[in-house]
Amino acid sequence: MHDSGDVKIPIGPQHPALKEPESFLISLRGEKITASSVRLGYNHRGIEKACEARTYTQDIYLIERVCGICSHSHSTCFVQAVEEIAGLDIPARAKYLRTLIAELERIHSHLLWLGVAGHEIGFDTLLMYTWRDREVVMDILAALTGNRVNYGINTIGGVRRDINAKQKEEVLKAMDILETQTKYYIDLAQNETTLLKRLQGVGVLSHDDAQRLGAVGPTGRASGIDRDTRKDDPYAAYGELDFKVISVNNNDVYGRTLVRLGELMESFNLVRQVIRKLPEGAISVKAPRKIPAGQAVSRYEAPRGEDLHFVRSNGTDKPDRVKVRAPTLANIQSVSKMLEDRYLADMPIVVAAIDPCFSCTDRMVALRDTQNRKKNTVPWETIRLKGIKWYKDKGVDFASLNKKLSASF
Amino acid sequence: MLRALFHILIFPGLLFLFVFGFLAEYADRKLYARFQNRVGPPWFQPIADFIKLISKEEIIPEEADSLVFKLMPIFALIASSVAILYIPILGERAVYAFNGDVIVVLYLLTIPTFTYFLGGWYSRSVYSMIGAVRSLTQLFAYEVPLFLCILASAMLADTWSISGIAAFYSRHLGYWFCNIIGFGVALVSLLGKLEKVPFDIPEAETEIVAGSFTEYNGRPLAFFRMSFNIEMITGASLLSAVFLPFGLNLHPAAVFLCYILQIFFIIAAISFLRALFARLRLDQMINLCWKYLAPLAFLQVLFNLILKVVLPR
Repeated sequence: MHDSGDVKIPIGPQHPALKEPESFLISLRGEKITASSVRLGYNHRGIEKACEARTYTQDIYLIERVCGICSHSHSTCFVQAVEEIAGLDIPARAKYLRTLIAELERIHSHLLWLGVAGHEIGFDTLLMYTWRDREVVMDILAALTGNRVNYGINTIGGVRRDINAKQKEEVLKAMDILETQTKYYIDLAQNETTLLKRLQGVGVLSHDDAQRLGAVGPTGRASGIDRDTRKDDPYAAYGELDFKVISVNNNDVYGRTLVRLGELMESFNLVRQVIRKLPEGAISVKAPRKIPAGQAVSRYEAPRGEDLHFVRSNGTDKPDRVKVRAPTLANIQSVSKMLEDRYLADMPIVVAAIDPCFSCTDRMVALRDTQNRKKNTVPWETIRLKGIKWYKDKGVDFASLNKKLSASF
Repeated sequence: MLRALFHILIFPGLLFLFVFGFLAEYADRKLYARFQNRVGPPWFQPIADFIKLISKEEIIPEEADSLVFKLMPIFALIASSVAILYIPILGERAVYAFNGDVIVVLYLLTIPTFTYFLGGWYSRSVYSMIGAVRSLTQLFAYEVPLFLCILASAMLADTWSISGIAAFYSRHLGYWFCNIIGFGVALVSLLGKLEKVPFDIPEAETEIVAGSFTEYNGRPLAFFRMSFNIEMITGASLLSAVFLPFGLNLHPAAVFLCYILQIFFIIAAISFLRALFARLRLDQMINLCWKYLAPLAFLQVLFNLILKVVLPR
């Protein structure tokens, strides 16, 4: 208890509402939230830095592991940037296949979100139903790429696997099943009383606030910002496909649900169009091992919003710098705004409504001395020297190992 | 003396309640799973969970009041078990019945909620304190409609004994239909008492971890869970005695079978409701109880008052 009469309650870093470590400190008066603060940085894995030590081909697989759900988004975004620097022209079939996997990924991500949202408001039946249906699209992804999550289908210059006539049929069949189910969920979302009670008017983010705080993806589109990279800056095969950008003016969690459900319906259409229009030809072109010096920014509409990758090359087979801006980083700013004057019970669904992916977002770890609250910045060189010393104390000397390695080549 | 011990320890006391409690928990979990298109647990899962919990190490938080922390689960267990002695299970008469036992039973069924509050409050963790306050707030919302419904039924039967109520409705089966609103309201209130979806606000997992029980583990938690099962049985028995007066004059075996069927019917209804809804917010729950449930319960009281005057005895 504090002097102000407010109770401070920590949601995270470890909490059942959060699937990844993240810290929300919430001040409560009764059940009402009076203040909230978000702290990032519990799951920093140093992927950007690790990319600089690996070749471009190795980086595709590393970048794919930035996110466990939108893995194809990150790898496509990265590969597009590298292809732009190298000036590669991708075969049309490869572009269509990338689009196909991207839309299937969007379907699986949105269905996953719907289930998580159901769980956050204590509606576990919805979770069980949507995740059962999600298996349909997961099976299709596994059949097309060989993996359920990290598909490994992208390569610089195209894709690595082709699809055959039988697989096409399977995909179309799965789309029909999912479309019927999604229609049922849309009906459910619009008519189920307790669901509406928990979603409507919760986590309001006005159009202006969304604009000011830079909300992207379904979070922004639910506040009337009809921005979609697929439409605004078409990549892959999106320029040749016909689809609508779903945006509503509800501004609340209910609106975000409607946007995602609407996008599911659009995705089914997109997948059907891709299968119908899939051009014949090669699926990849040969890419050089060393990428010429240059830099490029690549944009991609991930299921959670606009994903942005920056790649700078220096003429070797390893990138000079890779920068990833995951969509959650753009959306997390708006969470504090959405939580203003809400109840504690709304907090999990408000956070879940931006479809957060915290480990994709984390770019640094800030250690704070809890005693005197001083921040301490440690430069990269110090960490490197400390690492070398730590291994030396254990009996591993990298200096001599490096010498031995270079002698053997 | 021996007879009393038999009633307290074997039937309808602890042993019966334990076995039936496990069965009820299994039925609830299995049905809930089937409603959600899952396979659900095997029949021995509740017993396995119980054995696992009681064989675990007991950890009591340093800041918690260890006496209250340890005593509350036992109080909850005792209060909910004792109540069954005053509820008729076999036939029209309970093991111990006197005029006024309906008040005693309602009081005994309120005690577990207070133990959840005290246990949570003295755990001294933010989550359990919020859960504790929530369970008490919720108590004031669902308790009134529940009491009113039982009161309405008792008024029509003109007795303050549950056995008397059961006997009255068993003899005048036609009157059963008059209390149908009361039965519905009492069923929804029972959901609140048992802290099940949509009223599982005090232990909302995604908000406050496990509410009052956040710090509980091992044996105390096993007893708390057991007391929930027993509360489910006693609550359902109360509803069945007051609102479902069927098959009380048959052969004793048939009476027992009827009782078991009625309890499973109420448990199935609870599982069904719990699979159907999302968790409400505390303010919405209180609104629902005072805006809809309480007026409906008052309506039932009014209806029964008029009925009592109009209908011939």
